[in-house]
Amino acid sequence: MSREIGEVILDLKNVSLAFGGVKALTDISFDVREHEIRAIIGPNGAGKSSMLNVINGVYRPQQGEIVLRGRRFARMNPYKAAQAGISRTFQNIALFKGMSVIDNIMTGRNLKIRTNLLLQALWWGPARREELAHRAKVEEVIDFLEIQHIRKTPVGRLPYGLQKRVDLGRALAMEPSILLLDEPMAGMNVEEKQDMCRFILDVNDQFGTTIVLIEHDMGVVMDISDRVVVLDYGKKIGDGDPDAVRSNPEVVSAYLGAGH
Amino acid sequence: MGFFVETLIGGLMAGMLYSLVALGFVLIFKASGVFNFAQGAMVLFAALAMARFAVWIPGWLGIDNALLGNILAFLAAGGLMFAVAWVIERLVLRHLVNQEGATLLMATLGIAYILEGLGTSIFGSDIYKIDIGMPKDPVMILEGTFEGGLLINKEDFVAALIAAVLVGLLTLFFQKTSTGRALRAVADDHQAAQSIGIPLNRIWVIVWCVAGVVALVAGVIWGSKLGVQFSLATVALRALPVVILGGLTSVPGAILGGLIIGVGEKLSEVYLGPHIGGGIEIWFSYQLALVFLLFRPQGLFGEKIIDRV
Repeated sequence: MSREIGEVILDLKNVSLAFGGVKALTDISFDVREHEIRAIIGPNGAGKSSMLNVINGVYRPQQGEIVLRGRRFARMNPYKAAQAGISRTFQNIALFKGMSVIDNIMTGRNLKIRTNLLLQALWWGPARREELAHRAKVEEVIDFLEIQHIRKTPVGRLPYGLQKRVDLGRALAMEPSILLLDEPMAGMNVEEKQDMCRFILDVNDQFGTTIVLIEHDMGVVMDISDRVVVLDYGKKIGDGDPDAVRSNPEVVSAYLGAGH
Repeated sequence: MGFFVETLIGGLMAGMLYSLVALGFVLIFKASGVFNFAQGAMVLFAALAMARFAVWIPGWLGIDNALLGNILAFLAAGGLMFAVAWVIERLVLRHLVNQEGATLLMATLGIAYILEGLGTSIFGSDIYKIDIGMPKDPVMILEGTFEGGLLINKEDFVAALIAAVLVGLLTLFFQKTSTGRALRAVADDHQAAQSIGIPLNRIWVIVWCVAGVVALVAGVIWGSKLGVQFSLATVALRALPVVILGGLTSVPGAILGGLIIGVGEKLSEVYLGPHIGGGIEIWFSYQLALVFLLFRPQGLFGEKIIDRV
């Protein structure tokens, strides 16, 4: 692969998150290096999605901090995260169902739009030119994901696998430096999984995007990740390259149950 | 035949105004999931502001020209509605993100009372008239086609035209601009919209501003027809059946719903009225809404409500 793994760009320090008395995450620290594919794995209810939600500010941890390119965020929120170049996909696809594929992906360009409301309302020169430029960018994303044939279809009508792809497209349209993927392959058949794997690797390879992903399919995770964090009951029980994690006895017992 | 067409046209014109008020409901419901009970109060508040500014501003600036005075008053009232939208977002909505629909509904009920109270204490509680130079005289058209021609109220015609233009512009704004797209995105899924960097708070202010302008236009038209008085706030109640009919989430639904209700009211009054004792206009639309609630609760164009169990 042509990409080079670089410095740490995202550093999570001693993050703890609780909902009332339920501890979702306890004192978790790990880092993400530039251009790498970093997986978060763990059994159901281990706190994986909570972890992702902390990174893009949907949840605010009671303790700990997020350091993004040297900038400290004690209180992240989704808007700030998006501005800082973090985009994400959702476990239960959160697309705008009534809108077409193009419009959904176009919303991903929102932060990059510079002309103001008045110009847009008048559909005036600069606003119009800008709209066309963004549209061209969106077409690139559509080509990349091979979804030309469904460009104008309302996403609510698409099959699940394609919706997941559009969800990825919307996140890519933001030209993120860090992409968070929450179970990008859940509920897919083998063929769809292979396609999705290929897209993830291509994004990482061609655009150099750093990827943090949650995935249940161990085969996939071990194949495509550079490093893996393992969570269980909200605690970190393993961290390292796929081989190290695979042979970690604590990880094995978390997955297979005690007594193994 | 001529009489039937006349009634039909009268209904369509009244319906256009219902559509305008209903549109205010739909815009806010789509963008924030709030059923805005304050829409009627906003219509009243905007109309009061317009009526008083049209007197005050020429007085302060010493302007004689009625048209210029009206334009300035309209701009000032529009500015005031923007301020109202901003304050509502700041003081109320921002603190109620992710709350139950019923909580937000009660909050808008509170906003309605505050706006009504504030409106009457700033602008007074007399009956005012708004005179924007609408032509008042009726006109005969199509005398060749129908025997005796069709009698059309010019004022209604101009009002319907204004409403139609506004609806058209709003539709373009929603469909063609990036802000419009962001508005639709927020309406669809708050969380996803935030995660791609759409600022929820700003969007809400914009939506309430748009709803404020719609309320202002509706207020000015109704006000110039009937005078500005407290009962204007209840005009919104007549738009309720419209949104039930058209679906709470559909802009075309609001428009078509308004037209159906307008026509239905007039036709039933004229043709059914004599047989069952008249006064149908007042309750007809609510009956229609009730039928819809029984058989098609999502309305003509609303999204079907499917819940995962």
